[in-house]
Amino acid sequence: MGSEMAETLVQIELKPPHGDWRDPHVEFRKGSICYSAAPKNLNALGLPNPRVWQPLDEDWKLPPDWKHIILDGMKERLDKYRSFRLFMDICVRCGACADKCHFYLGSSDPKNMPVARAEMMRSIYRRYFTLTGRIFGKLAGGRELTEDVIKEWFSYFYQCTECRRCSVFCPYGIDTAEITMMGRELLNLIGCNINWVLEPAANCFRVGNHLGIQPHGFKDSIDFAAEEAAEITGLDFEVPINRKGAEVLFVMPSADYFGTPHYYTLLGYLMLFREIGLDYTVSAYASEGGNFGLFSSHEMMKRLNAKIYEEAKRLGVKWILGGECGHMWRVLHQYMDTMNGPADFLDVPVSPITGTIFANARSTKMLHICEFTADLIHHGKLKLDPRRNDRWIATYHDSCNPARAMGLLEEPRSILKSVCNNFYEMPENTIREQTFCCGSGAGLGTDENLEMRLRGGFPRANAVKYVKEKHGVNLLTCICAIDKATLPTLLEYWVPGVEVAGVHELVGNALVMTGEKERVADLRGEPFPAEACAATTASEADHA
Amino acid sequence: MNALYSLLAVLALVLAGFAIGQSEPGRMVFMMAVPYAAFTALLVGFCWRVARWAFTPVPFHIPVTCGQQKSLPWIRSAKIDNPSTGWGVVSRMASEILLFRSLFRNNRARLSGERLILGESAGLWLCSLAFHWALLLILLRHLRLFLEPVPAFVNTLERLDGFFQIGVPPLYLSDVILGCALVWLLVRRFRDPALRYLSLFTDYFALFLLLAIAVTGILMRYFTRVDILGVKQFALSLAALRPAAPQALGTLFLCHLLLVCALASYLPFSKLMHMGGVFLSPTRNLANNSRSRRHINPWNAPVKTHTYAEWEEEFRDKMQAAGIPLEIENGVRDGRNARTN
Repeated sequence: MGSEMAETLVQIELKPPHGDWRDPHVEFRKGSICYSAAPKNLNALGLPNPRVWQPLDEDWKLPPDWKHIILDGMKERLDKYRSFRLFMDICVRCGACADKCHFYLGSSDPKNMPVARAEMMRSIYRRYFTLTGRIFGKLAGGRELTEDVIKEWFSYFYQCTECRRCSVFCPYGIDTAEITMMGRELLNLIGCNINWVLEPAANCFRVGNHLGIQPHGFKDSIDFAAEEAAEITGLDFEVPINRKGAEVLFVMPSADYFGTPHYYTLLGYLMLFREIGLDYTVSAYASEGGNFGLFSSHEMMKRLNAKIYEEAKRLGVKWILGGECGHMWRVLHQYMDTMNGPADFLDVPVSPITGTIFANARSTKMLHICEFTADLIHHGKLKLDPRRNDRWIATYHDSCNPARAMGLLEEPRSILKSVCNNFYEMPENTIREQTFCCGSGAGLGTDENLEMRLRGGFPRANAVKYVKEKHGVNLLTCICAIDKATLPTLLEYWVPGVEVAGVHELVGNALVMTGEKERVADLRGEPFPAEACAATTASEADHA
Repeated sequence: MNALYSLLAVLALVLAGFAIGQSEPGRMVFMMAVPYAAFTALLVGFCWRVARWAFTPVPFHIPVTCGQQKSLPWIRSAKIDNPSTGWGVVSRMASEILLFRSLFRNNRARLSGERLILGESAGLWLCSLAFHWALLLILLRHLRLFLEPVPAFVNTLERLDGFFQIGVPPLYLSDVILGCALVWLLVRRFRDPALRYLSLFTDYFALFLLLAIAVTGILMRYFTRVDILGVKQFALSLAALRPAAPQALGTLFLCHLLLVCALASYLPFSKLMHMGGVFLSPTRNLANNSRSRRHINPWNAPVKTHTYAEWEEEFRDKMQAAGIPLEIENGVRDGRNARTN
């Protein structure tokens, strides 16, 4: 798809809005839409109205009673979610959120202002569910629910990455992600879904991971990584799969074992676990930490997420460790325990190396690998040579969900500062809770949507460009699988010369393993800078 | 158009006030009945809306975290912006409600060449904060009309408000601030293209209505010098549920009263309910402790999952060939022989 785009196609300008937002008509354009979900995927998941259609078609083949389905669905959700009802009611349209959305900044489409995105839903809410709206209609800000509105919803609820940046600035905490989630749930009821969400969900449901890699293929991938780690370090690696009685179940996003640069992060994990002698297992059944159910409906999220606890119980592990992934951690941190808990068959996570009791995960019993590693490094349990990462001048991209749904900000930074010597932050308004999305999250990271992704990723790329010009940054680190999959394309377009890596890739580079052979190249096979080869030094932290 | 319609609606209210003032029986009925009706609408409507939100479940634990989480003891957590305890939540809500914390973060994006610049933008925060505090002060000052003896704190507030002793009667700072902030908010809505694009009838209507209330109030106090004792008598009679409409309070007072009643009865049906709603926002009023304490969803939806047994059934041959441990070895499909270790 990329080749179809002219070099100058994506021009960013901030234009004052024009027209009337209440006009629902949308022009669908290739490059800024995601294709519809294939019927086989809807069938696999038992979702309504499977059919062949595309957003570019005139006729979307909605079920005959689609309007009732939508309105009934809205009513049901208004009664089930305080967030939904409240966020429909209390917005004052102060506009604070307007220029906080990366899609608005990148597209200048006024309907991409978070408040406008929410008004698309609110106008229907007011017309059908409020007294003033039923009486005064348009004057009270109501709109008729027409097929055009459905198309508008489809367009704009699939032009939101549920990153929640707008919510940080909203005086009432109105969360557009919540509204987008409701919008997508409603669209799902009449079969308006996108393939990039439902195919991974269908694969994950039946086979266990997004790409539908079957257990033997999963084992091949893992074994391959283990062999590569062995080759790099000269040590033997064995990665147990579905092993009962291990202390820890490790769950990572599947991209870690089939995507690049994710793969180097996987090598990093494996080396870390080998070095500290962690008693762990991975699972071919729960071989996916990511959860595309989050991008379709709460039921789907629960269905996919259920495997993790089920597998932990079956294998009899004590606690669960989770890899680097953004939306996966939104689900694990904010939804898993509620949906599929209580995990009373597990123990509170305790680091077997440092003895640290992770009380912050005492109910869910699931730990983020950055919390785990940061604790190891803090206690001086790892021998690290940050000079091995000297070819990188790194910055750190806070992935939306760990930043705004957890507050996992310092753990990865403290790791980075121990494993690399050159680290610079991007401007304050673009990191931590104010971080800009990659523009491809929430199931939008597909190639047919490339123009919109490049537009949405512009604010992020712009901040990277700033530190590239100022400090010579050539590496963007992050802890999100979607980031790792989509930021390389984004940076290639906006900031050529900056690469993308997971935090644990740099850990893997810097980790001096006991008995390792003399390492001359990093995990990507690039030679270490000369001085790093000369000697290995202990980590900055004191050894206990 | 929305702005024009709402201006017309407010003007119609003002005119209605004048019209009512012209006919004696109308005036009497109005002054004795409408305030009660409006107050009842406000009370019932407000409670109804808040109760509706409060009784709607919060199925998931969805705080938006705006700072470092509490995890490892040596990492300093943001106790207010990312609270992990009840007191943290109280502090966060207090900072939102009293200081408009989130709005304070506001910045403005603009493009300079190819560079996106996020500049400071404190105007909205400052003016909304000024407006809300001034409004609260003015409301509290009005208590002196409804209470006899006047509580000491009301007198204190009044003295502070008129601290600069400008003019006779002394100019209240809150009046000036309220007026300026309202005008700024209105002008902003007109001038900012994004806001103009978004604004609904109700957005302008609320501003015009508040502005009209402020103007009529200011006119009465500083210019037409309303008979304040008469007003107080009337207010006390209202408060004592024995309404007695005095003769000579003038049409301006009627307008003021009508506009206030309009605002009160409109409030529960409008976005002004953000006043109650802000307390209930689940992205702000929950502690970020969803991994240390299980949040309960009262309707936790039953779903169909794909169990391990179903999964193994499908892939058993391949798993066995690949040497992945199985629950049930191939050929031994009988559960009695299931290997558990």
